Amino acid sequence: MNLFAGQQWQALFEARALFAKGLGQTVVTSALALLLSLVIGAVIGALGTAPWRIARAVNRTYVDLVQNLPLVTLVAILFFGLPHLGVNVPVFGIGVLCLGVYHGAYIAEVIRAGIQSIHRGQLEAAFSQGFTYVKAMRHIILPQAFQVILPPLTNQAVSLIKNSAVLNMIGAGEMMNVADSWAGQNSYYGPTYLLIWALFFALCFPLAQWARRLEQRAIRARGQEVQAR
Amino acid sequence: MIQLTNVNKYFGPLHVLRDVNLTVKSGEKLVVIGPSGSGKSTLIRCMNLLEKPTSGSVIVDGVNITEPGAKVAQVRQSIGMVFQQFNLYPHKTVLENVTMAPILIQGIAPGAAEESGMVYLKRVGLDHKAKAYPSQLSGGQMQRVAIARALNMKPKIMLFDEPTSALDPEMIQEVLDVMVGLASEGITMVVVTHEMGFAREVSDRVIFMDEGQIMEEADPEHFFTNPTNERTKLFLSRILRA
Repeated sequence: MNLFAGQQWQALFEARALFAKGLGQTVVTSALALLLSLVIGAVIGALGTAPWRIARAVNRTYVDLVQNLPLVTLVAILFFGLPHLGVNVPVFGIGVLCLGVYHGAYIAEVIRAGIQSIHRGQLEAAFSQGFTYVKAMRHIILPQAFQVILPPLTNQAVSLIKNSAVLNMIGAGEMMNVADSWAGQNSYYGPTYLLIWALFFALCFPLAQWARRLEQRAIRARGQEVQAR
Repeated sequence: MIQLTNVNKYFGPLHVLRDVNLTVKSGEKLVVIGPSGSGKSTLIRCMNLLEKPTSGSVIVDGVNITEPGAKVAQVRQSIGMVFQQFNLYPHKTVLENVTMAPILIQGIAPGAAEESGMVYLKRVGLDHKAKAYPSQLSGGQMQRVAIARALNMKPKIMLFDEPTSALDPEMIQEVLDVMVGLASEGITMVVVTHEMGFAREVSDRVIFMDEGQIMEEADPEHFFTNPTNERTKLFLSRILRA
């Protein structure tokens, strides 16, 4: 296989509409899955710090069940299992569901840790002023936790985008899937996968850089706070 | 105003409060002193249920807050609390710290809450810091904001849990001055402190706690000049010498 074979790149260029569609599918799937994982993560993560034992048990169970399962296995289970239960979800929906459920567990842990990093005195001050637990969370704890959470959350987004390639196995039409089936037909594997690499890099690298910047800013902000005391 | 009846508190096997009975009258200034680990902080934290007594009852302004289903959050609105570690909300400005609960919890109009907030900030000498963030203030300033924050709820009771213990010595007086000023008004005050000068000057009654019990209580005149309990004498001799 010659990577520099001109006609392979030529063919790839001519198939650009196909790859653009794959890229679009990856972006849309990832975006929706991220939204779902944020909702799951916020709810499950908040349950993990709630003063009620049952809530914490729900958090533990969810996180343990999902974190100890390979994503590939989760995809297989939902893809083959759901129709078995009479639930018919299009492949696209299963992709969003799998990534959302999977990263929801990790984001739940990020959010739980972020909430717990806020000093206990904050909750007590809010309680002493008549805040209920839910109001204290909303106005006092979560806004502060958010600054701590944002960098690791962004890393989760990067992870999620990369993991969307796994959906290739169920033919979800995202860019890894497009690449696989296109190169499968003409054996132009080299240029195809180099292109996919470049596309993933273009999606993930800016996000990862942004996360790094946020993290440094958070560290600096904390340093100032410590100095002030 | 505050009535504790047979209050016991355990932390695991640790018996922190032993059958405490205490009544604080409306408008009274009560100072609680005692060695660390004597249960004085736990006692004051039981008064707004930040600690839930293991047994016994706490009645505040006629409401039994230890009863199941009691409207604790509502009662807490009339009890201001000032903490050793200030616990200002670091993501909010000074003025927002002072107005947040009145607006969100008591439903006061933002304009009115800000107006009264500025009055209290002025009273603690920090109206010029209204737009600053807590991290830009000194410890003494933070604690004064914390007092203004509590006062802007228009509480009937103010609880102070070692308000000057985390402060550098040169900042203690500015906080005590604010508290002395406050004490000259009708508000009910319970203060856990090691500041004996403050206790002497403003309190109506001093109680001495040790090992989870009230060992002695007296008006400050008798308490400091003529304590009867041996432990009180020992404690006072140590702390007044220091």
